[in-house]
Amino acid sequence: MNFKAMTAIAVIATAPLAALAGPDEDKLVVNGEIEMVTKTAAPAHLSDALDEIYSGWRFRSDETQALQMDDFDNPAMVFVDQAQDAWDTVEGTEGKSCASCHDSVEESMAGVRAVYPKWNEEAGEVRTLAMQINDCRENKMGAEKWKYTGGQMAAMEALISVQSRGMPVNVAIDGPVKETWEKGKEIYYTRYGQLELSCANCHEQNYGNMIRADHLSQGQINGFPTYRLKNAKLNTAHARFKGCVRDTRAETFKPGSDEFVALELYVASRGNGLSVEGPSVRN
Amino acid sequence: MASGVKPRVKVPKSAAAGEAVTIKTLISHKMESGQRKDKEGNVIPRSIINRFTCEFNGQMVLDVTMEPAISTNPYFQFEATVPEAGEFAFTWYDDDGSVYEEKKAIKVA
Repeated sequence: MNFKAMTAIAVIATAPLAALAGPDEDKLVVNGEIEMVTKTAAPAHLSDALDEIYSGWRFRSDETQALQMDDFDNPAMVFVDQAQDAWDTVEGTEGKSCASCHDSVEESMAGVRAVYPKWNEEAGEVRTLAMQINDCRENKMGAEKWKYTGGQMAAMEALISVQSRGMPVNVAIDGPVKETWEKGKEIYYTRYGQLELSCANCHEQNYGNMIRADHLSQGQINGFPTYRLKNAKLNTAHARFKGCVRDTRAETFKPGSDEFVALELYVASRGNGLSVEGPSVRN
Repeated sequence: MASGVKPRVKVPKSAAAGEAVTIKTLISHKMESGQRKDKEGNVIPRSIINRFTCEFNGQMVLDVTMEPAISTNPYFQFEATVPEAGEFAFTWYDDDGSVYEEKKAIKVA
């Protein structure tokens, strides 16, 4: 008898929840000029699993989103400035800086972030940006390697990433990288830890839902390195992977390990088509 | 001088006379509170920006005293009324005596 009234209440009660689920429809334009693709059709290799891919930006609150829309408000830019200084600083036994070989970062690094990780023919391996930076430091500059997920590394990745902002992520998945990519895919779908969670359990099957207080994204890494409000510094993709695997109560792989390099390649390829956002701002 | 200190300011290039414009400032600084200890248990000496001022054509707009609880890379956003064309002068005072300055001109359209 009260069925209709109850239905009405049910509708009202579920409406705000429905609004919370899923990514929002906000548009990301940085500095009023760089238009970012934060939602697009999933790349072909992913079409079985997802129809559309979303940047993590779409899952954040309006306040957090706003921080990324203006470089002055984006706290990551402080680190980009520091990396610009590092770019011009001569270090190591060879008396070279980054600029000695690569000249201006604006020109030489444009588009680089969009295609990494990628195959390095000479070394015969898949290289991440961090591996390439450390290879330069060690072999070209004769300087000490940076810690893989350290502040200097994250800042340099951010500086390089800035030069590709707005360009679509376009990581190759075939040819020589195929094997590594397959390995990364396997890791993505493997359940780890005492909680027996795979990356896909959260970021493919449950994105848009809440995991306790946090709004699950698709786990895209187009915005890395990412300034996180929770720790007030730049975070690299591998540090984030480590954090995620740790949260499944597993022994994690090491940042820079073959496993994480493969995973980075695979996860990056899941974002093919989204804009390079790094350095982004997340919570 | 503390390392890696770099002031940044954002002021619109022009404004209408009498208009209140939004000014954003940020200075990268570690803002060491003086309350922390290093691995050996020694107190890390305090090193903060203790004062920030903004002047417009010699007239004080804003004068802020900062204390150790202010977090790293202090950011200030405020509004200032622009009566005439002129120049904003921003000054940050470091505990170690360093003074960092930045100037921005604004036109009246």
